[in-house]
Amino acid sequence: MLENFAVPLLGGALIGAAATLLLLFYGKIFGVSGIIGGLIKSESRDYGWRVAIISGFLTGGFILYATIPGVLTNTAVRPTIMTVIAGLLVGYGTSLGSGCTSGHGICGLSRFSLRSLIAVLAFMGAGVISVAVQRFVFGVQI
Amino acid sequence: MKKNVPAFIFGIIFALGLGIAGMTQPQKVVGFLDIFGNWNPSLMWVMVGAILVHSLTYRLVIKRRAPLLAPVFQIPTQKDIDNKLVGGAILFGVGWGIAGFCPAPAITALVALDPNTFVFVGSMMLAMAAFRILKAPAHKVTTHAN
Repeated sequence: MLENFAVPLLGGALIGAAATLLLLFYGKIFGVSGIIGGLIKSESRDYGWRVAIISGFLTGGFILYATIPGVLTNTAVRPTIMTVIAGLLVGYGTSLGSGCTSGHGICGLSRFSLRSLIAVLAFMGAGVISVAVQRFVFGVQI
Repeated sequence: MKKNVPAFIFGIIFALGLGIAGMTQPQKVVGFLDIFGNWNPSLMWVMVGAILVHSLTYRLVIKRRAPLLAPVFQIPTQKDIDNKLVGGAILFGVGWGIAGFCPAPAITALVALDPNTFVFVGSMMLAMAAFRILKAPAHKVTTHAN
């Protein structure tokens, strides 16, 4: 109960709070695919806050790694070629669709954006189908 | 430099939230998407928690005339629901279902030094770079939602 409900809820609350703080201080949306993409190429050339957030992720990752065992352990590793394809799809898809789970999923839905709702339904639906195809067509152990 | 210290701290908070929530464990993400198999709905509460907090506090923040460290709020204004939005989201969802990683948790998980995570992040950034280089002349980022 606690692990499946309260803990994820608390984690989500922290994510939502971080998104609000970024907006309060910088007026920016906490959209991570855009933050990373803007590091590669950004018209506004505002790299400082992007680098700061990514450094924060890595620092946060280190704190997690040092304090909560197993929280960064991936037991669903796929063959390397599938991981490459997945990375390309996530990178290209979030660029084309202007957002990922944070920008559309949290920030967009929180402002009741219809555009983000459509995007969330599309990526959730595609994710469900993707897993179902892996499980039932290719016999991947999920 | 000093201006970016809060962003660094917010990055830490966000990453801690992802880790506590379980988003940095691809097996949980894939389990959440496995609704026709062995469905693990726990990650639904991550979204509920994040949206509950953000949708309420967001409305308080945008009542301000300006952010604390910037001249204006940059809220996406784009309204069109087009093939790019839906097609991009579908491609993203397929990849998300394969690897169990979306962008932020993948970056956070790099710290564990699992080579697979580096393969994922490298491929993701390559595709982001390719998209931006190919689209460079006509692409305007002013209405970028993410």
